[in-house]
Amino acid sequence: MIAQAPRIVTSRVALEDSFTLQRYLATGGYEGLRKALSMAPADVAAEVNKASLLGRGGAGFPAGRKWSMLRQTPTRYLVVNGDESEPATFKDHMLIERDPHQIIEGTAIAAYATGVEQAFIYCRGEFALGLERLQQACNEAYAHGALGRAVLGSGYGLDIVIHPGAGAYICGEETALLESLEGKRGFPRIKPPFFPAAVGLYGEPTVVNNVETVSNLPWIITHGAAAFTALGEGSSAGTRLFALSGRVEHPGWFEIEMSKTTFRDLIYDPSLGGGIRGGKQLRAFIPGGVSAPWFGPAQLDLGLDQDAVGRAGSMLGSGSVVVMDEDTCPVRAAWRIAQFFHRESCGQCTPCREGSGWIEKIMHRLEQGLGREKDIDLVLDACDNISPGLSWPPRQTTICVLGPSIPSAIVSVAKMFRDDMLVHVKEGGCPFPPDAVRRG
Amino acid sequence: MPHLSPDNRAKAEAIVACYPRPRSALIPLCHLAQSQDGWLTCEAMKEIADLVGCTPAEVRGTATFYDMLHTEPVGRHVFSVCTNIACMLAGAYEVLDHAEASLGISVGQTTADGEFTLEEAECLAACDIAPCVQVNHRFFGPLDPDGFDQLAEDLRSGRLADTVPAQGILSRVERSVGLPALAARSSASGGSGPGSAGGKKPGAARGSGPGSASSPATGPVPA
Repeated sequence: MIAQAPRIVTSRVALEDSFTLQRYLATGGYEGLRKALSMAPADVAAEVNKASLLGRGGAGFPAGRKWSMLRQTPTRYLVVNGDESEPATFKDHMLIERDPHQIIEGTAIAAYATGVEQAFIYCRGEFALGLERLQQACNEAYAHGALGRAVLGSGYGLDIVIHPGAGAYICGEETALLESLEGKRGFPRIKPPFFPAAVGLYGEPTVVNNVETVSNLPWIITHGAAAFTALGEGSSAGTRLFALSGRVEHPGWFEIEMSKTTFRDLIYDPSLGGGIRGGKQLRAFIPGGVSAPWFGPAQLDLGLDQDAVGRAGSMLGSGSVVVMDEDTCPVRAAWRIAQFFHRESCGQCTPCREGSGWIEKIMHRLEQGLGREKDIDLVLDACDNISPGLSWPPRQTTICVLGPSIPSAIVSVAKMFRDDMLVHVKEGGCPFPPDAVRRG
Repeated sequence: MPHLSPDNRAKAEAIVACYPRPRSALIPLCHLAQSQDGWLTCEAMKEIADLVGCTPAEVRGTATFYDMLHTEPVGRHVFSVCTNIACMLAGAYEVLDHAEASLGISVGQTTADGEFTLEEAECLAACDIAPCVQVNHRFFGPLDPDGFDQLAEDLRSGRLADTVPAQGILSRVERSVGLPALAARSSASGGSGPGSAGGKKPGAARGSGPGSASSPATGPVPA
């Protein structure tokens, strides 16, 4: 059994009425904001910096450092990224539906610490219930005095707008998200400037933080940075939400202490994943969203630690782990991931727009048994044109990281399952059973 | 001749006033127009352009980037069947193939009676209930072929009318409070936003749905 870490962001989500103001106030809600308002903004920021809170969106950039880079101009913005779209990632969706007040409170703390008076929560458009819950919470927070001209009776004023997206994976990329929030197509912006903290929304300095990141703030301010860094290890402090899916007995999200838990624990522990469905063998797993290179059984004992996973040649990314069992066709899985990137490429950069289509087509014909042996080298060559060298972390030929994410799955399959690719060619078809719905 | 109803026109102006720059309201206004018509008509796009200060072509050019904005008519219920990796491993293609056969249409098409449109979706962030399906952006799952047929039947009969509002209606909770947008607050600009009235729609409740977010979660239930 895995030792139960304190629940930082999921303390109330199991309660039936977890999303209401009454329940939020009855479980310590808005106390973190009250405490923050009694401190100087710089002290709030310093506390978060000490907590070593890494961004929970995928890139893992320290939140405190992001704030400190904010250009000090009269108009600044805070945008909370709730456009969760990385395949197999479903933690922010849960937080938005189950604890929207925690997001509002965290947003208010972040805004106060960075001297922002106008914040936006960009919520993925497909989360209809989530949008309703967030707007309801926002309305209730105003009525309670936790937002508005005098937040909790202080001299600080803050407005939050709940902004709906409209369906585009790329809008999770922070500069695309800002373009979208400006009412345009979600095209990532050319870098430099690298950070919206310098040039962001409407050209003004902007902090962009993930939903789970800001959800940690009320706890950090209430309990202090030391209590947060006592959890996890080194720079991977605190807990993190992991989204487990694929061929496991208990798919779901789990709040887990960073570093102290391994992938084996997450997948096999009865209190977590509960093992592979039907007692089958593990073939491979994706450790951090479909942009991440795959791992095999040899990596099961790695800790859920940003640095350790990085050193092993992949990334913890968005914290989503996809499990593939012995019946999973790796070629089909990689093809579907390639198809996703092809559909979601915004089309600005040639290597990504054209390369993703080539890769999708080649992988599809391989899976269908219509491929040639040289297709394996051809698809790797196409990958190399998007990200020269096929190294990790990937080299970039495009405006954003969507393009260089495409090769991850393909290179993984070519490295780990080249024989399976050859069998597809030799037998003129897929040797694996079709993916079937589980019944009963 | 305005296309938006007087009620929706007032809502549109309140939405524009929430933002420091009107153009930011473009996508929320597209959702508003879809809540009225089910899809995004040319007339609506013209009026949105007028409201946010851009050309109708810019509204269309933006809208066509986004999967949820339909510039052609769709059915009263839009099925979005996720087939991305987690759902695929849980048999999503079996569900999608069954949906095509059962509804008698292919992905991208609408049934002759205008009841259902079938779409294949990318990951909808509900992998713990894979294979998952959205109807008008409300979640259902895990679904097997029989479950899909039951769902279609429940939708057709109106039994799910409270849970699944009409196509195009996204959030049934409106912003009832709020400060005017920052730009209007500092009142220095000669902008087109309706200044002091911004964002004030006290106690506005929608009539077309259950009107509150207090309905039980239809999404993933926590472990």
